Amino acid sequence: MHKDHSLEAHVPVHDRHESTYYEKRTYAIQALLIEKGIITADEVRRAVEDMDSRTPALGARVVARAWVDPAFKARLLSDAKAAVAELGIDVSPLSVLVAVENTEKVHHVVVCTLCSCYPRSILGLPPDWYKSLNYRSRVVADPRGVLKEFGLELDPDVEVRVLDSTADMRYLVIPARPPGTENMSEEELAGLVTRDSMIGVAKARNPGGS
Amino acid sequence: MTKFKPGDRVRIRVGSPPGHFRTPAYIQGKVGIIKTIHGLFGNPESLAYGGDGLPKQVLYQVCFDQTQVWEKYKGSSKDKLLIDIYEHWLEPA
Repeated sequence: MHKDHSLEAHVPVHDRHESTYYEKRTYAIQALLIEKGIITADEVRRAVEDMDSRTPALGARVVARAWVDPAFKARLLSDAKAAVAELGIDVSPLSVLVAVENTEKVHHVVVCTLCSCYPRSILGLPPDWYKSLNYRSRVVADPRGVLKEFGLELDPDVEVRVLDSTADMRYLVIPARPPGTENMSEEELAGLVTRDSMIGVAKARNPGGS
Repeated sequence: MTKFKPGDRVRIRVGSPPGHFRTPAYIQGKVGIIKTIHGLFGNPESLAYGGDGLPKQVLYQVCFDQTQVWEKYKGSSKDKLLIDIYEHWLEPA
C-alpha cells in the first residue's frame, strides 16, 4: 500500500460522456477506413497530434513580425500564405490565407456563418463560441452589439467589416499594435497578440497587462 | 476571364439547390459590389459529394453595406459585410 498517496482524496475519473450521433458515425467511418487499409490508426493519431500542436502562438509570431517589419506586413497583406511560410510555419494544409489589418479607422471581425471555417494551421482549433450558432448568426447582423459583449466597444466613426468566410479563403486579422510598445522586442510583442485579437473580437493586449 | 470585375454591382441569386451549397440564405437577393477576384476554385456543390468540382468557378469577395443587408441594422452606415461568393451565384444588378 502506498502511504504517501491517499486514494481517498481522489475522485474517480469516469467517462460519463455519451457519444453523439456524429461522434458514433465518425468512429464507425474511421474503423471502416482502417479495416479496409485505406488509412492507419497511426496516421489518424499523427493528424490529431499535428492539429493539437498548432496554437495561436503561430499567428502571434506572424503578427509580431508584421508589426516590426513593414516590408513583411506588405507581403503578408498581398500573399499571406507565402509570407507565413517565410517564418518556417507549415502552411500546406491551408487553402488560401488572407490577412486583413485593423486600424484606428477600420475594424475587421471574422465569422463563418455556414460552419466553422477558421485558419487552423496558424491559430489551432477554433474556440467553442466561434462555432456556436449564437455567435455565427448574431455577429454578422449586429457586430457592434456582439463585440460589446466581448468587452470591445468601438467608436461610431470606426468602420466595422464583418468577413464571412463562406468559401476557400481563411482570414487572419492583424490587430493594431498597442501604443507604448515602441521599445519592445518582437518576441515580447508576440505575447500581446491573443487568439481573440486575430479573430477580431478583441484588441491586442496592452503592455501593462490588459 | 471573369464575368465580373471589381466595382461591378451584383445581385446574389436566390435559390436552394438540393444538397450542399455555400451561399448563405441571408445574403440571397441582396445587391453588393465586387471587391476582389480571388481566382478559380472547385465548385463546392460538386466537391461535397466526392465530385471533381469541375468546371471550376470564379470566386469573388463581394462587399455589402450592412444597412442594405439588414433592415434594422444598429450601427454605422459605413459598416460593411464582406462575403465570398462563387460566380454562378451572381447576376448583374
